[in-house]
Amino acid sequence: MDFRFSEQEKAFQKEVEDFIKQELPPRYTEKSVYWPGGYGTIAEFEEIIPEIDHFRHRLGEKGWLTMSWPREYGGASRTHIERAIFGERMSYYRAPGPEVAVLIGGPTILRFGSEEMKREWLPGIARGDTKFWLAYSEPNAGSDLVSLQTRATEDGDDLIINGQKIWSSGAHIAGYAWMVVRTDPSAPPHKGISLIIVDNKSPGITIRPLMNICNRHSFNEVFFDNVRAPKKNIVGEKNKGWYYLMVALDFERLITPIGGFKRTLEELTQYARHTKRNGQALCQNALIRNKLAEMAIQTEVAYMFFWQTAWMLDRGLMPNIEASLLKLFTTQLSQKLAEVGMQVLGHYGQLDETSKCVPLRGRVCLGYLDCISALVGAGTSEIQRNIIAMRGLGLPLT
Amino acid sequence: MDLGLNEQQEMLRRSARDFLQKECPKQLVRQLDASDSGYSPELWRKMAELGWLGLAFPEEYGGNGGSFLDLAVLLEEMGYNILPGPFFSTVVLGGLAILAAGSEQQKKSLLPKIATGELLLTLALTEPSAKYDAASIKTKATAQNDEYVINGTKLFVPDANVAHYILCVARTQPKKNTEDGLTVFLVDSKSPGIKCTLLKTLARDKQCEVVFDNVHVPRENIIGKLNKGWPIVADIIQKATVAKCAEMVGGAQAALEMSVKYAKERVQFNRPIGSFQAIQHYCANMVTDVDGSRFITYKAAWKVSEGLPATYDVAVAKAWTGEAYARVTLLAHQIFGAIGFTMDHDMHLYYRRAKAGEIAFGDSDFQRAIVAQEMGL
Repeated sequence: MDFRFSEQEKAFQKEVEDFIKQELPPRYTEKSVYWPGGYGTIAEFEEIIPEIDHFRHRLGEKGWLTMSWPREYGGASRTHIERAIFGERMSYYRAPGPEVAVLIGGPTILRFGSEEMKREWLPGIARGDTKFWLAYSEPNAGSDLVSLQTRATEDGDDLIINGQKIWSSGAHIAGYAWMVVRTDPSAPPHKGISLIIVDNKSPGITIRPLMNICNRHSFNEVFFDNVRAPKKNIVGEKNKGWYYLMVALDFERLITPIGGFKRTLEELTQYARHTKRNGQALCQNALIRNKLAEMAIQTEVAYMFFWQTAWMLDRGLMPNIEASLLKLFTTQLSQKLAEVGMQVLGHYGQLDETSKCVPLRGRVCLGYLDCISALVGAGTSEIQRNIIAMRGLGLPLT
Repeated sequence: MDLGLNEQQEMLRRSARDFLQKECPKQLVRQLDASDSGYSPELWRKMAELGWLGLAFPEEYGGNGGSFLDLAVLLEEMGYNILPGPFFSTVVLGGLAILAAGSEQQKKSLLPKIATGELLLTLALTEPSAKYDAASIKTKATAQNDEYVINGTKLFVPDANVAHYILCVARTQPKKNTEDGLTVFLVDSKSPGIKCTLLKTLARDKQCEVVFDNVHVPRENIIGKLNKGWPIVADIIQKATVAKCAEMVGGAQAALEMSVKYAKERVQFNRPIGSFQAIQHYCANMVTDVDGSRFITYKAAWKVSEGLPATYDVAVAKAWTGEAYARVTLLAHQIFGAIGFTMDHDMHLYYRRAKAGEIAFGDSDFQRAIVAQEMGL
């Protein structure tokens, strides 16, 4: 065992850190109100911000957007530990990192797409030009995604799509939908689903904003009314989409914004050290010390889940349940951290980011709202527990 | 970064699992729990033959030259199977202290005998205040010719009922800074004036009250330097804390496995209870606690093993693992239902030890206070 980074890993960590400090827009970390684990305060979901786009392009130039891809497709052939180091530092600085096209679309195309599809899509994704939004959830297909109803029928070289997607984060700023549709309604539910890329500009698509609980526009509902998409945009084989989706879960294992937890905890700790109430620093209060210490402990545990997952992937071991453990644990931490943040800040915790006297830019107030999404988005805590119990422990379905 | 055990450690783990399963069945655990001595000399001899007692001592002292990390692996298995007896007291509290702070002569005379199983040791640290800080040590040792005379009461001393020697921490000099002026003495447990009373405990482990009434100890039995005993104690508390975590991780793993097995077998409403989501989610929560505890414990154990500063990591590990083990055994009991509430069932063996482990070397609130301190709060 050796919990230290190797010399190479250390050098890479420094390179990432130097890059972020140099390229991230000035005071970006301080200005960002992103709450770790949440989905409602991710700045790049809200609007196209040129400076974020620029930063992402610079990442693309370094080959870092697609760090785990092979070099021939614009990747950097990095280890998973190195990917994890990158993700840790990026999230620590709240830097806008890789999005759906890079994290899910690209790796799936690499694995299952045709040569033509690879040539068409991968370069743009690697550069940071091509952005996808995840068109999975529907009004009646959330946790039970396999029951999705959006229908795609063949018409010559095209598919014609009708239906509705919802909770579509960033649909309004991405160029394409990375979409699952039902192509064979007569087959068993998971055998009639296809994965397809659909251009947002296609006639018949209506994107309607849904304001999230933080009163921000991060997600949407999207309507498809006789939308045509070329068949060549089907990823892999028709009706095998569900299988690709399951495999793609593997690609998302290290997405957790682990550094964000550390950063937020550090900010709360600083606040407790420097804020006095009735002449006494908050950090002298035994209860506050206890609660912040507990958050530090849980953050350390979360980090261990994170590194362990990366380490297993590098050794070719299948971290079957580790991704679920990581998601479950960190999202609970997101909520606990918000709760502790509220307790540390007391009355000041309720102040909105635009209010007079607001501490920490209102992050805690927003985080208290946003953390609700952490335990719901990308597979609820209950779904994660189901996966751990059934896939990990072999507990029976019936 | 390398987060895996090496080949030798994996072998040690496997052989320990097999050996303990065979040699220390739950029937023996129960028998020892109910006995006054709390250990089996026969099993002790076999463990000595396997090299376990000297695992973490250098070869020159009759040991196997293993690391603290190796010892953690073994302790995890001891926690998994449950091994009653003075291994922890003798090897971790006694042996490692002598190895770290004893004179060459002390090491040469004591460590090989620990390794061969001849000598049982323990550490008499805590007193009726039941705290792990220097200020709580009221037991006094006064110089008298070539000897020291110890007076005081030590409480919650593990395995003092069978130990041949007791490492006794006593105040030899009153000081403003309470960490100065403490000395560690190696005391023959047969010395006149020592009175050992077995306490009856939740985990049915053998904790004692040890009264020192004018107990004479030769000057050469000082471990380390006169008045400079606290760093030795602090070092051994740190090692013992991680060692306890390793034991608890093993126990939690066992509780999880027993629960999952039962959940697959037990049928109610015409289906295995493990098919109910409530039970599945309990199990998932248990995995989270078990795995998290293991990762964080091994990180702390590795740091201690490497001799790196580990105050923060050890406190983190103990705060988390102590509460996690308790949570895991509670959920396990919930899964087992009424059968788990019987003396015949094994789960209470773990449930009892989870609480004892949580308390030992400072509970989670105590550890969080250290973490807060280390965070700069």
